[in-house]
Amino acid sequence: MEDTDSGFDMIDLGKLAAVFFEECTEHLAEMERLLLEIDPSCPDQEALHALFRAAHSIKGSGGIFDFSDMTTITHELESVLDLIRNQQLALTPEMVNLFLQSTDVISMQLAGHQHGAAVDQQANDSACAGLRAIMADFRTAPGEESATPAVHVAVPAAGLQKFTIDFIPSLDIFKRGIRVENLFGELASLGTLSSFAEFPEVPELHEFDPELAHAHWHLSLEAEATEAEIRDIFEFVADDSDIVIKVEEPQASSAPPAVSPGQSTLPASHEPASAKTNRETADGSIRVGVRKVDQIINQVGELVITQAMLSQIGGSLDPVLHADLYRGLQQLARNTRDLQESVMSMRLVPINLVFSRFPRLIRDLAAKLGKQVELRIFGESTELDKGLVEKMSDPLTHLVRNALDHAIETPDVRIAAGKPAVGIVTLRASQIGGKIVVDVIDDGAGLDRERILRKAAERGIDVNEGMSDDEVWQLIFTPGFSTAEAVTDISGRGVGMDVVSRNVQALGGKVQIFSKSGQGTRITLSLPLTLAILDGLAVAVGNEKFIIPINAIVESLQPSAGDIQSIQESGRVLKMRGDFIPLIPLHQLFSIKEAANRPEEGVLVVVDAEGERVALQVDALVDEQQVVIKSLEENYRKVPGTAGATIMGDGRVALILDVGEIACQWHGRLKDLAA
Amino acid sequence: MEQAPQIINGASAPSGTKEYLTFNLGGEEYGMDILKVQEIRGYDAVTRIANTPEFMKGVINLRGVIVPIVDMRIKFNLGTVEYGEFTVVIILNILNRVVGIVVDGVSDVVALLPEQIRPAPELSSSMDTSYIAGLANSDERLLILVDIEKLLSSTDMQLMDLAA
Repeated sequence: MEDTDSGFDMIDLGKLAAVFFEECTEHLAEMERLLLEIDPSCPDQEALHALFRAAHSIKGSGGIFDFSDMTTITHELESVLDLIRNQQLALTPEMVNLFLQSTDVISMQLAGHQHGAAVDQQANDSACAGLRAIMADFRTAPGEESATPAVHVAVPAAGLQKFTIDFIPSLDIFKRGIRVENLFGELASLGTLSSFAEFPEVPELHEFDPELAHAHWHLSLEAEATEAEIRDIFEFVADDSDIVIKVEEPQASSAPPAVSPGQSTLPASHEPASAKTNRETADGSIRVGVRKVDQIINQVGELVITQAMLSQIGGSLDPVLHADLYRGLQQLARNTRDLQESVMSMRLVPINLVFSRFPRLIRDLAAKLGKQVELRIFGESTELDKGLVEKMSDPLTHLVRNALDHAIETPDVRIAAGKPAVGIVTLRASQIGGKIVVDVIDDGAGLDRERILRKAAERGIDVNEGMSDDEVWQLIFTPGFSTAEAVTDISGRGVGMDVVSRNVQALGGKVQIFSKSGQGTRITLSLPLTLAILDGLAVAVGNEKFIIPINAIVESLQPSAGDIQSIQESGRVLKMRGDFIPLIPLHQLFSIKEAANRPEEGVLVVVDAEGERVALQVDALVDEQQVVIKSLEENYRKVPGTAGATIMGDGRVALILDVGEIACQWHGRLKDLAA
Repeated sequence: MEQAPQIINGASAPSGTKEYLTFNLGGEEYGMDILKVQEIRGYDAVTRIANTPEFMKGVINLRGVIVPIVDMRIKFNLGTVEYGEFTVVIILNILNRVVGIVVDGVSDVVALLPEQIRPAPELSSSMDTSYIAGLANSDERLLILVDIEKLLSSTDMQLMDLAA
């Protein structure tokens, strides 16, 4: 790139920087993940390579922007990683910790460059010093104490090796800017290279795309080089290409890495099955800004409304006379539904995005607290809206920290209580009935009912011994409440639980607590699947229309008078297959006067209201349709019993019912009447 | 005057003045800051919301956005109200929200200089005087200038959850 148009370069650099920050963050996250999973006694070779590559990439890109602080530490990190992956140095748990510290430092430096955040120079210096110390030890004591010379020494300094390399590049290798001839050039610089190509899979001429790489290469290299050095050259294409390197006429001990006489024994490098799996389809992806996706979602939403309107108009026409129009409208409805499903799925991301930070958190925190904790994660592939994921991060983090800080006991206490020394924290995510449910479960000490009651009384809250467990647990949501004996920097200041509750409620969700003294606690967050479009059943109550989410509906029926019974204090119930289901007359709840009073004159829609079955009494079922959820809170406020509103085909607004809240409201009402 | 005319809302007004939309409520004439007014429309197709005060009529669909409608005539107990083709709804933009109010009628836009505005005495007007920004004389009419933003965001209007 010439220096002719520096203005142009500057703009480009800005955009590049944005990409750099994103990619760097990903590299660092990947490194952290690998480091947490790696087993120092038997490290996965692929993982070591991936770690090296990540560090290498960061160093390279950081160099473009002259971020010398990052390149310095990354260079040290990369050097040590290189030794380890070449089996010249054994990986120890202390090194893993040092690497984790280093990635933390690089993260900090990245934040410094991106946001101007402060960087802890001490941390940087100590990490660098640690890395350099390892290098220094390695150089001064080859083959003796900690450094194991394996392949390096084993390479016959005398004599060439002959390698045959089968290289099948991925089809789109040229499109990624890789120049295969350069790779060969590098190989040739190691020794003598001969090559020939085969074309076993070239398509017919009319299908042939000259921009794809169809050649399968067989290379023969005579060089004084190690297999590792050769693999290095194929470093950045290794993931998507097939590379098989064979050494012919192996010299003495070069093939399997030698086991050093020193302390650490190196296992033979192994390629577990997982290494091969990322050869699969080059799963291309594109970065798209969230705003663009949101824009598309909005536009598709408007399209759905327009299509509904057209459907409605079309529905009033004679189908025989306007057969073509009918067909067209049906086709449109199908197309719109498909489009909308595709678009909605764009914003869905697996909840693992949030869960992934917890292994590290728990590891560090448990160490700090002197506790032993195992983390179990279920349902990490459960998908939810990206916006939700980001907002759940803080509440979940707080709950996990609480579990470690307050719930899980120290090993000696646990053993004395007959529990295993290692405490278990479980994170579980699932999708149930149109909601996302996330559980944070621990097998710790459980909530101390007495202590909570005492603390509440101290703070002047009205409590009594007769309160149910649920009511007692709810007390911990009071702002400033904490039964922690001492305030640690982790928790105990009592600013946590009410913030969690508020954050979750702001997302339209709920927090529930279940606890058993001595056994453990489960905290359940349930959130609506805030997709902007919902499958709903439109129902009529009097002159008004409401939408019931299809997800919540169990069945609907026209009852006969005999199916309904009145029970004192419980209102009416529906007898259905042996069960008694509470009947909720919506016209009473919503004070709608013109509605049918008796259930047998209307329709009952049996819904699942967060585990409880209730029957909603409406006048009639109108239509099943997809509705676009419009916010009530944007210009008004949250209306109890509703989960937003929508615009019907005739332009009028209809409220979308939240069956859980309605059940709650109804029970509350009955209680008030009985009182 | 030699001052360059300021362009406000397309019409040029002498600089230093503020423009007010005058509207009719219960026989009295009020004025509100024109910059808060988004549009004026008729009254139709309001969806009721249960268990809300009577002056809260419900919500409407304003080109795809859900907007709450409040009837000021009911709020200030100004006798029986009717809804017909002449019923006027003023759509306002207040605190980043869009809300609509039903009034008896809308008149014109007047430009007032600060000197023309006098502080309001403790009148027994329908409206709580804390929401009255002042009184003004225009064309021999007495205008009661309303701080419409303060009024609509007050807690007893129950329009907004501002505790966030």
